[in-house]
Amino acid sequence: MSERTLLGHPLYQLTKIRFLEFWREPEAVFWTLFFPILLAGGLGIAFRNRAPEVIKVAIVERGALSQIIAGAVASNPGVAAEVDDEAIAANALRAGKVALLVIPQSVDRVTYRFDNSNPDGRAARSLFDDSLQRAAGRRDTVNVTDQQVTEPGSRYIDFLLPGLLGMNLMGNGIWGICFPIIDTRRKKLLKRMVAAPMSRVQYLLSYLLSRLMFLVLDVVLLVGFGHFVFHVPVRGNFAALLLICFISALSFSSIGLLISARLRTNEAASGVANAVMLPMWVLSGVFFSARRFPDLIQPLIHALPLTATVDALRANMLAGAALSSVGGPLAILGAWLVVCFIAALRLFQWR
Amino acid sequence: MIAAASVPLALQLRQLRKVYGQLVAVDSIDLEVFTGECFGLLGPNGAGKTTTIEICEGLLEPDAGSVALLGRSWRTQATELRQLLGIQLQETTFSEKLTVAETVALFRSFYRRSLEVPAILHLVQLEEKRDARVGKLSGGQKQRLALACALVGEPEFLFLDEPTTGLDPQARRQLWDLINELKSSGRTILLTTHYMDEAEKLCDRVAIMDHGRVIALDTPRRLIASLGVEHLLEFATEGEALDLASLRSLQGVRDVSTVGNLTQLQVAELHRTLPALLEKLAERGAPLTELRTHSATLEDVFVSLTGRHLRDE
Repeated sequence: MSERTLLGHPLYQLTKIRFLEFWREPEAVFWTLFFPILLAGGLGIAFRNRAPEVIKVAIVERGALSQIIAGAVASNPGVAAEVDDEAIAANALRAGKVALLVIPQSVDRVTYRFDNSNPDGRAARSLFDDSLQRAAGRRDTVNVTDQQVTEPGSRYIDFLLPGLLGMNLMGNGIWGICFPIIDTRRKKLLKRMVAAPMSRVQYLLSYLLSRLMFLVLDVVLLVGFGHFVFHVPVRGNFAALLLICFISALSFSSIGLLISARLRTNEAASGVANAVMLPMWVLSGVFFSARRFPDLIQPLIHALPLTATVDALRANMLAGAALSSVGGPLAILGAWLVVCFIAALRLFQWR
Repeated sequence: MIAAASVPLALQLRQLRKVYGQLVAVDSIDLEVFTGECFGLLGPNGAGKTTTIEICEGLLEPDAGSVALLGRSWRTQATELRQLLGIQLQETTFSEKLTVAETVALFRSFYRRSLEVPAILHLVQLEEKRDARVGKLSGGQKQRLALACALVGEPEFLFLDEPTTGLDPQARRQLWDLINELKSSGRTILLTTHYMDEAEKLCDRVAIMDHGRVIALDTPRRLIASLGVEHLLEFATEGEALDLASLRSLQGVRDVSTVGNLTQLQVAELHRTLPALLEKLAERGAPLTELRTHSATLEDVFVSLTGRHLRDE
């Protein structure tokens, strides 16, 4: 009779080999752990806080009149005006090189040409007009003080990082489960395992548990990177953040189990996994707010596991929300976890 | 068989049947395997051996018929049965990134009663490969690893599906020695093979299968003896084919047939038949282009039963 120590427990052994199989594949480790950091780094650089943008304006050549107008707005650092031949200027507007076309008519009359549906066009008109009117002698009657926001927590990178973390949890959960399972099935190892007295529940659980081990590394790396490089805040409780990630990772892993329940080739799995993930990449508010989509589909969007994850992560990291206030998203994730795990267990093809 | 009746049955198949679409893979088989014997299912590829063994292993559901294994049924006692069996499947690929010891430890964890990892590696002679990655093992070592995983739970009943297919002769012989050792420890073994020499070497009794049916069942020795011949003599000559009837009258010849361009004589006494044959050929002026002779084997039993060679398909 052999003793059943922890080390001899099948769940420990199954989880351990999952871990070893992954760890001994250097490429997988690289893409799983460092890809999100590369992505966050790249996007962080692309969307770093820059000096306020200078709006380009073209003034149509009308001799001295144009020069006077150009001189009048030269003192405004937000506007860069150049004087051009009418045809060239019109082309520049069409091509989007300038946001506003100014056509001088007489000393006290100009025409603005711009695209009213383009925020840049409207901003250019307002900025340029302001400068021109002030230079012509208009007086502002209200005293205004500007306060500019560049504080951590409200920049794009702050919005983006929890989204990337959620996307990473989804990708790793689904890919990290699908490929090993399909590989094991194709090698007939799965059949060999169930020929032994192995618990099928424990076998599937070992995949979820092994994901959790990497999760800690994953979260710490990505959140740590965001925090130290871009000063992305973690205002909520860190343990609560980890718990959100745990539940999210488990539910994506169980979606992965369900996807791979019957498939036999990696190609099929790639197709199905992409079909499952694509709507969430688009709808779940990773790169821009999910509220931009019509009200009609908002309930659907909020039922998606990635939306729930990203909402909960942002609430924790950016708003410092308590765990109790993200109960809704966590309940949605829990439901995905339970339903998919049970369905996977039912549908799973062991041969 | 009165003697056998006192030995308890380890496995009993009754009217076992499995159909895949149009193909009847297993066609109403009855089989009995006695406790402690090594029983072989011998037959060409596609004869239904693997389907039969996988039904016995509880991996496939039969369409009809029953399996009683160690006095238990798969329907009601599957969990209990799994603990008592050692199973080696045809073509399992273990995870290449794990070491030998890690793989065995994993399988060991599934059993309530088991051998320690070093003991099992000693048994299959893989001690030196303990920390080697599975991907680096030779074919024979991989088969021995598969055997280790089958044996780690100290099974009462061992299933081996084509244990030496694809191995070189030396690795095969090594595995045979190992299986012979296991036999002496009193385990019941059911193995499938399409190598007649393997069945002759290892099995106490053999069922010859073809097209899903058992076409002969006995000890290898008795199956061969049932041919009534001890040797087979095959030859080819230049010129016209010889008259088969005249060959049949040669001394010691039981039967004559042609297999391809060869004439085959089934011979009881080779030392009398061969000189007579040579004399006859000299008379006819038909010089030999080929001559060979071998002792009768299970292969010849298969040929005489089906008119085909085991490895034709």
